[in-house]
Amino acid sequence: MPPALAIPAIAGLVFLVLPLFGLLWRAPWSTLPERLTEPGILAALRLSLLTATLATAVSLVLGVPLAWLLARTEFPGRRFVRALVTVPLVLPPVVGGVALLLVFGRRGLLGGWLDATFGVSLPFTTAGVVAAEAFVAMPFLVISVEGALRGADARYEEAASTLGATRWTAFRRVTLPLIAPGVAAGAVLCWARALGEFGATITFAGNFPGRTQTMPLAVYLALEQDLDAAIVLSLVLLVVSIGILAALRDKWVAP
Amino acid sequence: MSLDAHLVVTHPGFSLDVELTAAPGEVVALLGPNGAGKTTALRSLAGLAALDDGHVTLDGVRLDDEPPENRRIGVVFQDYLLFPHLTALDNVAFGPRCRRVPRRQARDTAREWLERVGLAEHVRKKPRQLSGGQAQRVALARALAAEPKLLLLDEPLAALDARTRLDTRSALRGHLTSFPGATVLVTHDPLDALMLADRLVIIEDGRIVQSGDAATITAQPRTDYVARLVGLNLYRGRADGTTVLLPDGFSLITAVPQEGAVFVAFPPSAVSLFAARPEGSPRNTWPATVTSVARHGDALRIELTGPLAVAADVTPAAAVQLELEPGREVWATVKATEATAYPA
Repeated sequence: MPPALAIPAIAGLVFLVLPLFGLLWRAPWSTLPERLTEPGILAALRLSLLTATLATAVSLVLGVPLAWLLARTEFPGRRFVRALVTVPLVLPPVVGGVALLLVFGRRGLLGGWLDATFGVSLPFTTAGVVAAEAFVAMPFLVISVEGALRGADARYEEAASTLGATRWTAFRRVTLPLIAPGVAAGAVLCWARALGEFGATITFAGNFPGRTQTMPLAVYLALEQDLDAAIVLSLVLLVVSIGILAALRDKWVAP
Repeated sequence: MSLDAHLVVTHPGFSLDVELTAAPGEVVALLGPNGAGKTTALRSLAGLAALDDGHVTLDGVRLDDEPPENRRIGVVFQDYLLFPHLTALDNVAFGPRCRRVPRRQARDTAREWLERVGLAEHVRKKPRQLSGGQAQRVALARALAAEPKLLLLDEPLAALDARTRLDTRSALRGHLTSFPGATVLVTHDPLDALMLADRLVIIEDGRIVQSGDAATITAQPRTDYVARLVGLNLYRGRADGTTVLLPDGFSLITAVPQEGAVFVAFPPSAVSLFAARPEGSPRNTWPATVTSVARHGDALRIELTGPLAVAADVTPAAAVQLELEPGREVWATVKATEATAYPA
């Protein structure tokens, strides 16, 4: 292996892995059992898993059809729409949170109407956390599913149509099973991004323990008061996300 | 269940304009070289490609504005396109399921069809576990189980090896015979067309150049492509009695007199080659130069230039004796009785 590639490659690996070892090295192992059972941690963990899963579900329901639209249909401005979809990928999450407030806030574009008509108010609620996470994480799913759709042979859909299948039936019974690995990979990416979401959540949903305080928010808050608590929370988040990703990878994402 | 179609599709640099009819139970082969527009014709029949003009009428009903799922036109695709995530059984049950047949009943129908194509023991297999010949039969069963009014086959045997092709062809012939609707078969293989079809429609560059039954087309080809396809030497000229004058000045003598514009055809096996100018009988004798030698069945196919470009079949023994190789100069003869002339 040429040194010009080997040296930066190894340096990159160390740079990525070393912080994780730092966490393990500084972890308060002796007091770990008591700290883990603190009610605040469990509540934050439960909320994080719940909201990340709901955000992924929302992203699947809205994002898969959106990906289909982008991959399988031609309409004027399709490229522009595709660029719009990817904006949340590059937008700083805090800006996303502010933007969500401007739309769904009490005096926002839709917020007042939603509140008056349905009595629904998103900001500073658990539903708001889900909305913030879905806003940031859905593009990962859309991009991944769109790629899978473009890779899948559209002629299977033609074959289905000659057998009497409408486009919806062909999508449901042929296309979706064919791109299932891509959808699963996109959902995992989306879920992981939602689990780690910080900026949009704290801006749009605030930081109320038990209601909107997810793990990343709890870590940030703990860092200001109790470093050991922050480390424990970080460890839990690390173990849970790696554990779930590894389990899903074997089941779904493996080539 | 008769088909009456006029297919007009225009792309930059290519246009298709073909009128096609098929009676119930009839098998029509659309035969032509690659790029002639066969597959475009088939796709526009099925509704997978839009017509720019013309119509598709099945049983008197105009279908050209209907989407494929409403046409009841079954297609067996060249690479079959079996759904890889479904078993053979569920692939075949797909069509009935789309017509809202309950799952159990759809599967029973599918099982019957798979039995009919001889795959009863393979119902649970996924497409990737099937051989090429089996996949072809599943694709046929899948198309037929949807009860189409018209069946389209796109190069149904092209993806198979020679041995499988032989078996599959005769099985396919049986299934097509018992299919009550019309069938349109697209192929570039003349043997498939001759064995499977009642009528041949030959297209080149998006136009029909000849159509008719197999006997007529093989005996009296009307273009170079058709002549090569059926293995005949073909020339166009003007007949005056038994003499046919070709455009480049060469004359061929035939046995049966004709008048006016004619085609003259004779098989490569009718051409004899000699090292020196033969004495006596053959009326058609000319000097020729070998351009290529290739194996053709048990014989060797010799391509020759000279006053008459011609293909000749000789035995390997004769080829050795005559030292046939590119550049070799020989004398070629054709008996007048072997050269058939028919009006152009």
